[in-house]
Amino acid sequence: MYNNVVSKEHQEFVKAHKLRKGSIIITQIALLVLFFALWEIAAHYKWIDPFIMSQPSRVLKTIINLTKDGSIFTHTGITVSETIIGFLSGTILGTIIAILLWWSEFIAKVLDPYLVVLNALPKTALGPIILVWIGGTVSSIIVMALLISVIVTILNVYLAFESCDEDKVKLLRTLGASKLQILTKVVLPSSIPAIISVLKINVGLSLVGVIVGEFLVSRAGLGYLIIYGGQVFKMDLVMTSVLILAVAAALMYLSVAWFEKKLNKMR
Amino acid sequence: MVEKVVEIKNVSMNYHTLSGETRAINNLSLDINNGEFVSIVGPSGCGKSTLLSMISGILKPTSGSILVNGEPVVGPSSNVGYMLQKDHLFGWRTVLKNATLGLEIQKKLNKESQAYVEHLLDEYGLSEFKHHYPKQLSGGMRQRAALIRTLATNPDILLLDEPFSALDYQTRLAISEEIWLIIKKERKTAIFVTHDIAEAVAASDRIIVLSSRPAEIKNIHDIYLTCDLKTPITCREAPEFRHYFNKIWKELDVHV
Ligand SMILES: Nc1ncnc2c1ncn2[C@@H]1O[C@H](COP(=O)(O)OP(=O)(O)O)[C@@H](O)[C@H]1O
Ligand SMILES: [Mg+2]
Repeated sequence: MYNNVVSKEHQEFVKAHKLRKGSIIITQIALLVLFFALWEIAAHYKWIDPFIMSQPSRVLKTIINLTKDGSIFTHTGITVSETIIGFLSGTILGTIIAILLWWSEFIAKVLDPYLVVLNALPKTALGPIILVWIGGTVSSIIVMALLISVIVTILNVYLAFESCDEDKVKLLRTLGASKLQILTKVVLPSSIPAIISVLKINVGLSLVGVIVGEFLVSRAGLGYLIIYGGQVFKMDLVMTSVLILAVAAALMYLSVAWFEKKLNKMR
Repeated sequence: MVEKVVEIKNVSMNYHTLSGETRAINNLSLDINNGEFVSIVGPSGCGKSTLLSMISGILKPTSGSILVNGEPVVGPSSNVGYMLQKDHLFGWRTVLKNATLGLEIQKKLNKESQAYVEHLLDEYGLSEFKHHYPKQLSGGMRQRAALIRTLATNPDILLLDEPFSALDYQTRLAISEEIWLIIKKERKTAIFVTHDIAEAVAASDRIIVLSSRPAEIKNIHDIYLTCDLKTPITCREAPEFRHYFNKIWKELDVHV
């Protein structure tokens, strides 16, 4: 067929595209390598103080030590699981409250100014209060994570509910649908993409909550390692924990993004 | 014997918003007979959709009454099927699941009704697409799927609110012919709102011309076209076609 005959021009186009993509990735990797190399060299020649700024080779040593006694897995595992519980419960609770607001316009109108204020309030300011009320336990950390993500979830999911195609709702009404049926057959399913994208935002937010919570509770987790390392001036430990945190955050974000892509393909 | 399936008696409708009151329908009376194909034409915003919404039972008239099959309309009923401007197939449901939506909502989904829907999909050329998602269908197929969703609950009366206006002209001609044939084959009464005069003349037994808002009946035309195969496309060739077209065009009195 005509379309199957790839012209020389098209081949060149595809080649140029691949080349461009390849050079972007190579530059990205090079930048990372350069950063760590510069850091290492600068510390080695004492341009910077490795005691304060740490050093890649020291970070590597720290990672090896932490792996040997297994504590790296414990702390990372704790932070990751707290985060997952935090963003899942924040998303679920937020969605449930959004359903309530959708159900009763009166409640939605009444709560509107409160939600706006709560949304603007930096939730981390509530940390000490939560610590006093709930105590220095894992629950405090999860509540922190939940609190930080729940308001955004309510606002975003409610917005998605409200922007559901009115004609689709009308179609259901002509078929004699009840309010519950309108919710389950059209409003919720058409808001799934919005809920997933909120989930993506919540991964980051919940992680902020967890780290702040771990700073305050100071028992375990990467946040604890960071605050502890800072207090006893072990900057290697701090840098190591931050790096692990960055990787863990990226992996969690990417898995939700992957899940989103899968889901969108299905629809 | 002619049997009235829809009786609209002295119906008026006012909309209330904070900026004021809008009278959409003014003291309108109209009967629709069993098996008829009636078109409603009128200037945009005159109250055509409002009228259909009241017949379907999702909107209550301010005054007057509407009877369907002799019974007053109190809410949506499975006797009346409504087709909206766009197909509104749900992207997250397969064609089959879209088609059974009404049955699901009315809690009538069982082996028998499911078989009926599959029969309709077979009959109207969608059986091999029944497990496909709507985005894999062409515009015409989507409209057919939407009609089958409406037919699934087996209503006697179909309300069609400019169902083809989102389609391009070529598709529109073809699909309106197809849908017309399906409606005739299934022996449904159809109330068809359109802004396309030619489409209305070609398809209808009767055309109701509405005035601008508040809608009142301006004129009613019984359409008699001499053509062999009485289908919309062939009827466009009938000698009387232009005559009806021009008359209705003048009555609509479009100023640009
Ligand atoms: N929910 C509503 N609230 C207030 N006014 C409305 C509402 N729906 C329709 N209207 C008004 O009623 C009039 C008739 O609307 P509609 O029946 O949709 O007209 P058509 O379908 O003939 O274009 C329009 O002027 C419209 O602005
Ligand atoms: Mg309309």
